[in-house]
Amino acid sequence: MVSPSRGTCCMIRFENVSKSYRKGHAVLRGLNLEIAEREFAVLIGPSGCGKSTTLSLVNRLTVPTGGAVLMDGVDIAHTDPVILRRHIGFVFQSIGLFPHLTVTENIGITPRLLGWRIQEISARIRELMEMVRLPSAYAERLPRHLSGGEQQRVGLARALAARPKIMLMDEPFGALDPLVRDELGGEYRVIHDRLGLTTVLVTHDMTEGLLLADRIVVMREGEIVQRGSPRDLLRSPADDFVRAMIESPRRRAERLNQALSLGAPA
Amino acid sequence: MSSGSFAAAWAVLPEYLGQHVLLSISALALGIAISLPLAIAAAHSRRLREPVLAFASIVQTIPGLALLALFYPILLAISAVTIQAFGMRVPALGFLPALLALTLYSMLPILRNTIAGLIGLDESVTTAARAVGMTAWQSLRIVELPLAAPVIMAGIRIAAVWVIGTATLSTPVGQTSLGNYIFTGLQTENWIFVIFGCVAAGALALVIDRLLALAESGFARRSRIRLLGAFVGVVLVVGASLYPLSGSRREQVMIGAKNFEEQYILSALMADRLDKAGIAARQRSDLGSTIIFHALEAGDIDAYVDYSGTIWANHMHRTDNPGRAAVLAQMAPWLKAHNIAYLGPLGFANAYVLAMRRDRAQALGVRSLADLVAHAPAMKIGGDYEFFSRPEWTAVVKAYGLHFAVQRSYQPTFMYRALNDGDVDVIAAFSSDGRIAQYNLFLLADPKSALPPYDAVLLVSAKRARDKKLIAALKPLVGKLDLSLMQRANLMVDRDNRTPEDVARWIDSQIRH
Repeated sequence: MVSPSRGTCCMIRFENVSKSYRKGHAVLRGLNLEIAEREFAVLIGPSGCGKSTTLSLVNRLTVPTGGAVLMDGVDIAHTDPVILRRHIGFVFQSIGLFPHLTVTENIGITPRLLGWRIQEISARIRELMEMVRLPSAYAERLPRHLSGGEQQRVGLARALAARPKIMLMDEPFGALDPLVRDELGGEYRVIHDRLGLTTVLVTHDMTEGLLLADRIVVMREGEIVQRGSPRDLLRSPADDFVRAMIESPRRRAERLNQALSLGAPA
Repeated sequence: MSSGSFAAAWAVLPEYLGQHVLLSISALALGIAISLPLAIAAAHSRRLREPVLAFASIVQTIPGLALLALFYPILLAISAVTIQAFGMRVPALGFLPALLALTLYSMLPILRNTIAGLIGLDESVTTAARAVGMTAWQSLRIVELPLAAPVIMAGIRIAAVWVIGTATLSTPVGQTSLGNYIFTGLQTENWIFVIFGCVAAGALALVIDRLLALAESGFARRSRIRLLGAFVGVVLVVGASLYPLSGSRREQVMIGAKNFEEQYILSALMADRLDKAGIAARQRSDLGSTIIFHALEAGDIDAYVDYSGTIWANHMHRTDNPGRAAVLAQMAPWLKAHNIAYLGPLGFANAYVLAMRRDRAQALGVRSLADLVAHAPAMKIGGDYEFFSRPEWTAVVKAYGLHFAVQRSYQPTFMYRALNDGDVDVIAAFSSDGRIAQYNLFLLADPKSALPPYDAVLLVSAKRARDKKLIAALKPLVGKLDLSLMQRANLMVDRDNRTPEDVARWIDSQIRH
């Protein structure tokens, strides 16, 4: 097993976790995984491989049918899910901003639920808007008056508001146009490092995974196929499935280079 | 038609409108208070949703009038239980049954829209509410209800319009409303009253609908100004409507009336005499003939005029006919045993008599019910809404073997019209009705005395029986109203469109001389 690239302690640990729905359809089959403190882990795989389910087990939006999810050694099944979620940031592909609340009200929601003082909340909102590079003029706007990229910046700020140690991101940049996607992904990686966060990000875009991750976990049909740093994966893919996934961005890059050299004047 | 009826309509508007608004607002508030939590529970539980919506839909299929009427026997039964258990009476007539029926009626649109509004929310938003750490209650309060508010408000708006419209039907269960214009106007052919009632109820519904539409758009656009405007508007309309009701309330004597002219006149006459004696009196009109008797027994009303034959057949369940004097003589102790004070007969009788157009009766050579037997199978007969289900009709059928081709029920005014226009051949007319003379009808003899006598008798509730001042004001009416006086009085309302109050004053002046 590959050791975590950063940190010392296993912050999130899946012990033989399985999840199946009423009709007997198994989404996860005996998952074992450790994610270290300050690690940036990317779960990747085709649709239906169980990566989003794995993510939602961490803040108990989904409850496992077997096994346990531990956080700092404690089974989260014994924690209050509401308290747990207030201390974990969550970013969705669908963004999920509250459409009737302004940008500041959206960002400040978790601190408000935690009972922070008003001045404390507004100071935090100003700090966050700066961090995710939202102009202060947007403060009182409703989400529908913002572009998709701006909305996801608000979503990111909302997830970070209560100073969580763990960030869960479910294809956070998937619905954005490519330019914004790359920009926001890069910015978030910087934030992750600066704040010392532990991030679990789900994507089906291998390029994104390779560019952002400390460690990539490849999943297929509810099981982990391979885990390792981008370099490990590129060097020695476990099987043809992983090789095909890894090679797709490389092939695209090569085709791109080819096109550029052909198009360039001799 | 006379500008007098317009003035008369205006004069009672504050009372009718105030009662109508009080009833509608109370029913709507209660409807919201029950439906909102129920709908929220149903939106979160699939198992609850189906039965809740099915129940509300079934209630909606019951005609408004029937739903209102149903609460009378239900409350009467409840009252019997509470008297046994706590010695406390539940009023079965008036505000309470109307409130309960309208509350039920208001529930479907609120339930349906609240459930639809909540389950139709964008799932990514409700998931986000959980993910940021909201409890179920916080998610409901901060996210779900505000987002569903425009849809919920649209449901409340539909409910408000339904309730205001249906409240006009609460008149027959003894609750004053704008429906009093319509029921009384229909009975006395006072079309100004009917139109006045319709326009007033329509205008009220329209104003409330516009104000709630403003609130709905206030929720949709998150405009505090619109919400405030709607709130202030509703408060002003309700406040202004209820203001006339807020005057000092003395304990009032309640005079009952059934649903025809003669009863309106007699109740106005009694109320007028009580007022002159310094006793505050109110009237409840358009009550059904079974309801009114039980209401007197229960003390929901204090006095009214009934007819000996009705008590004999409907309440004493007698089918024999020992003659006018014997019926009165046997009725008195029976009433006493039932805790009802019997002041005496007024002097006239208002019996059911079968009547035909004079020309038709002569052409066929029909003079009595016995002569009618041969012609009946080819004839149509008309009666009021209750006649064909009353025991005296069964008695007539049995005694003579009468069988008609068609039986039709009419509102009395239209029954006389139908006979005159030849739509029916025979009607069950009322002997004191002025229209017998107006249409020159031929009354068929009843040689076998199948139809019991119907002397008008003055009845008072047990709790007022010892009120000497009240008895002194009403007792002088006994024996003073003969048949021709009553027929003339009835005709003044039917033909001349004079108000019952006006005619009551005329009768009073006649009997004082």
